[in-house]
Amino acid sequence: MQNTIHTLKKGDKAIIKDFDIDLIPLKLLEMGCLPGSLVELLQIAPFGDPLYLDINGSHVAIRVETAREIEVELILNNL
Amino acid sequence: MSVQNINVALIGNPNTGKTSVFNQLTGLNQQVGNYPGITVEKKIGFCKLPHNVKANILDLPGTYSLNASSMDESVVIELLLNKNDKLYPDVAVVVTDVENLKRNLLIYTQIKDLEIPTILVINMSDRMVSKGISLDIPLLEEKLKTKIALVSSRKGLGIDELKELIVSYKTIPHEPCLNASVIDPEYFEKLQHAFPNQLMYKLWLVITQDVNFSNLDRNEIRNTFTKSHSELKRLQQKETIKRYQFINDVLKEGLKVDTAAATDFRAKLDRILTHKFWGYIIFLGILFIIFQSIFSWSTIPMDFIDSTFASLSSWTAKELPSGILTDLLSQGIIPGIGGVIIFIPQIAFLFLFISILEESGYMSRVVFLMDKIMRKFGLSGKSVVPLISGTACAIPAIMATRNIENWKERLITILVTPFTTCSARLPVYAIMISLVIPNKRVLGFLNLQGLSLMLLYLLGFVTAIISAYILNKVLKLDSKTYFVVEMPSYKLPLFKNVGINVVEKTKAFVLGAGKIILAISVILWFLASFGPGKEFNDAENIVKERFANTTLNEIQFENEVASQKIENSYIGIMGKAIEPVISPLGYDWKIGIAIISSFAAREVLVGTLATIYSVGDSDNESTIKSKMQKEVNPETGEKIFNFASGISLLLFYAFAMQCASTLAITKKETNSWKWPVMQLFFMSGLAYITALLAYQFLK
Repeated sequence: MQNTIHTLKKGDKAIIKDFDIDLIPLKLLEMGCLPGSLVELLQIAPFGDPLYLDINGSHVAIRVETAREIEVELILNNL
Repeated sequence: MSVQNINVALIGNPNTGKTSVFNQLTGLNQQVGNYPGITVEKKIGFCKLPHNVKANILDLPGTYSLNASSMDESVVIELLLNKNDKLYPDVAVVVTDVENLKRNLLIYTQIKDLEIPTILVINMSDRMVSKGISLDIPLLEEKLKTKIALVSSRKGLGIDELKELIVSYKTIPHEPCLNASVIDPEYFEKLQHAFPNQLMYKLWLVITQDVNFSNLDRNEIRNTFTKSHSELKRLQQKETIKRYQFINDVLKEGLKVDTAAATDFRAKLDRILTHKFWGYIIFLGILFIIFQSIFSWSTIPMDFIDSTFASLSSWTAKELPSGILTDLLSQGIIPGIGGVIIFIPQIAFLFLFISILEESGYMSRVVFLMDKIMRKFGLSGKSVVPLISGTACAIPAIMATRNIENWKERLITILVTPFTTCSARLPVYAIMISLVIPNKRVLGFLNLQGLSLMLLYLLGFVTAIISAYILNKVLKLDSKTYFVVEMPSYKLPLFKNVGINVVEKTKAFVLGAGKIILAISVILWFLASFGPGKEFNDAENIVKERFANTTLNEIQFENEVASQKIENSYIGIMGKAIEPVISPLGYDWKIGIAIISSFAAREVLVGTLATIYSVGDSDNESTIKSKMQKEVNPETGEKIFNFASGISLLLFYAFAMQCASTLAITKKETNSWKWPVMQLFFMSGLAYITALLAYQFLK
């Protein structure tokens, strides 16, 4: 199974690989969510949604349903 | 040298301290209005610059890019595309936050493409040391083709340098700092060829954005150069990537971050404030402190205002020659104004707290914390902001729903927000609570009156949430759900920003409400002071006849005449007419008058009661409250404002849609009469039923 932002654990860092552009709001792209960007999962809200991310230096929260659409490659596990 | 007037537009992402820069430049020299036809706030300030230059500074709404996704953002694009607008900037000032330079520069590169002279402000420079950031300003200026002002709006540093740069705006290069058309050269070449006199980026914005563009026939451009929605979005993505590549290259050389020096304050605070247990406890605690303090802190100034106006009334009545004008002044206008002024302490406190929560960055954490829960009720985490600011006033709160991306979530938020306890309900609650709830302490520290007020606030929230749940089930709307929230870094709220915000908002509210209240109190006084027929005009003889067998002293006689008069005045007749409808709720015809007059604005209730009880009352000395306390039912001898009728009235005002302005804004924001009409019937129906049940059970 492909990794997405949704499958990350708190503290994981990953590189954004790809996403279906029609499912991602333009605003998120403008915040720096683009293929090749570094993303870190900072916090998960109580009840598991939304997710608080550091994308390319921007601190944003998105919902799981959006996070599920963004494929990533894990680079660092939070050990 | 002659005086020169220039237009300056402040542009930038939200949370960059743009408004602080604006406040630093203009001080209190500001005007807040609306853009024509829409309710986006328009802030213009005036600033004296060196060399005899004066500037009109326009604080545009915060926007992440020139791709508009809301009405607020469209305002920015429409202004920048229209050279004929009288506010079209001679120079644009893009404000960025040194910690988020990369993202903040995106809109900068877009503005540059419009070939407007642009100054770059790098704000929050006082944080550079603690974050380990160093900048190569000359290199950045060269690559970005601009002049840079390093500013700390918080500490007031760099403002003079910024003013100097604004004055010499003519020396700033016009040309773009990158060529974005390389993302699809063929397409853009054709476009430019078709419209050789237009800026390419302007054309591109006209194609992609839904904005007015006066000089060009938009359909012509669109028909020839249209692409599918998804193709356009793909190009926009390419454009965004292109811009970020440029910005990354520039910052690689111009910005150094020593991460070892950076502190981890944000992460620590985030961990606590968004904690699954402590996060909610802290949020509830903050709400509790706000509401307790609003009630206890503002009672002192409110009591003072109340008694001041009461004595002013009696002073006017005594000192001015008696006559109809003096009566109008002492019984109509002065109590009317007093009814507005008395709001100020509580409204100011509310705006103060809301402003602090937003400035500090805490509000975004609440959005994050509440999103999942709110979604169960068909709302968004972002609905928390309107629901909280609804405690000040539903109008700005409904406007604050604009950043909710999902239309269904937004609509439900708009519909239920008026249930939250707005400041116009406060005077009604305050006077009713002080009349029917004893001023005692329970458990040693909880003030019973404060507790009742908090329960009313809770009732408002709970009703809003339950209604949202019902609406979510009932409304069949399909819309895509997008949710993106920026989590800004924590900041200590700036006294100046908070202060200006509180003053502006309170002023706008009091002046707006004040006009209506004043007008209504004058009309009311008139209606209460005159009446048709013998019953009113011959009141003294009627009373004399009625009490022919009893001896009345002078005061008793005057009171009897006064009550005979008000009962038969125009307003008395109106009140009596609706009495059958409202008497099951425990109200007499005087309260009926107040309900009619406060139909357009709830806060009018107290002013109306003040006017009604002042007319013909020889004792101007006592406050409205003590006059209401003394009021008894002439038949049963029971107090009019007793526990049952008091609770019934509280519930009525908690639910009833007594606010014309809210209906108007709902119409404007939903673009349909359907929703405000639904709001009106649903809310006022609920109000009648609950007030009826409460009175019948409690009496």
